[in-house]
Amino acid sequence: MKKFIPLIVVGVLFIILAIWWPPKALASAEVTLDYLKEMILIMPPVFLLMGLLEVWIPKEKIQNWLGNSSGLKGGLLSVLLGTLPTGPVYVAFPLAAYLLEQGASVRNIILFLGSWAALKIPQMMLEIKFLGLKFAVVRFFLTLFFLLIVGQIMNLAFKKKREFL
Amino acid sequence: MLTTIVIYSLLAVALIVSLMKSREKTLMAVKVALRVLKNSAISLIVILALVGLTLGVLSPQTISKILGKEAGIWGTLLATLIGAVTLIPSLIAFPLAGSLYRSGSTVATIAAFITSLTLVGLVTAPMEIKYLGKRFTLLRNLLSLFVALLLALIMGVIV
Repeated sequence: MKKFIPLIVVGVLFIILAIWWPPKALASAEVTLDYLKEMILIMPPVFLLMGLLEVWIPKEKIQNWLGNSSGLKGGLLSVLLGTLPTGPVYVAFPLAAYLLEQGASVRNIILFLGSWAALKIPQMMLEIKFLGLKFAVVRFFLTLFFLLIVGQIMNLAFKKKREFL
Repeated sequence: MLTTIVIYSLLAVALIVSLMKSREKTLMAVKVALRVLKNSAISLIVILALVGLTLGVLSPQTISKILGKEAGIWGTLLATLIGAVTLIPSLIAFPLAGSLYRSGSTVATIAAFITSLTLVGLVTAPMEIKYLGKRFTLLRNLLSLFVALLLALIMGVIV
């Protein structure tokens, strides 16, 4: 029952908006439906890929590839995984949780989530088009640099206690 | 569109390989997928509804107006804040950023907006907490907020 509370809250928000400002409510509903359609197309294959990953790739492999001793290779792999064109960041949370559970380092998960959110390839193409090549390239490398720092800090923060939930 | 093609091609290849190797394991993978889907479905619908509400109420034109008016450091701070509390898909965010740029917003403001929009997520925080925990979510989002400001500062100087 508890998990339905957020759903009820947004439902109420929609109703309030519909009474108070009908055109905006209509616009909101249209946007929601648009993205719902896109999600319905994207979620099942992403989750299926996750399922296949979980079944076929042994824990030790992931630990080797993305664990604390994976070094530069692990970092590069995390960024590469993140930049693949694969849907919005909230799709990445379950995947990140799974990788952490399998022994990926916190630093690599930050790199993975960060590049998934901010350095996606299709997104970069839009960025170059609207803001120019120089802006996009500088932002790419600066973001990567800062993600490394955030990853390092969070690695330290979780070093003693690798507990997440 | 590209996203969809890439994901489905990846899935097709993976499924074929998996099915050739073992039927049982493939079935297990489907079960895992269904479990994750069941766990995430409600959060996802809530997030989509929040995206809809945000974009419905705070349309790209409205954001452009708000950020266009405020100049200098206040504009940058406001952009960071708006980026943090909204969830705007990149298909809309980049054209919006482009129009901000043309209408006179600074590089710092645009960099702050894009960075906090992509790295900081108030709307997605409940889902992040569910999967990665409170401490992880809080720390990641707070640090990302700083990153947005720092990155904006640097980009304002060099771009």
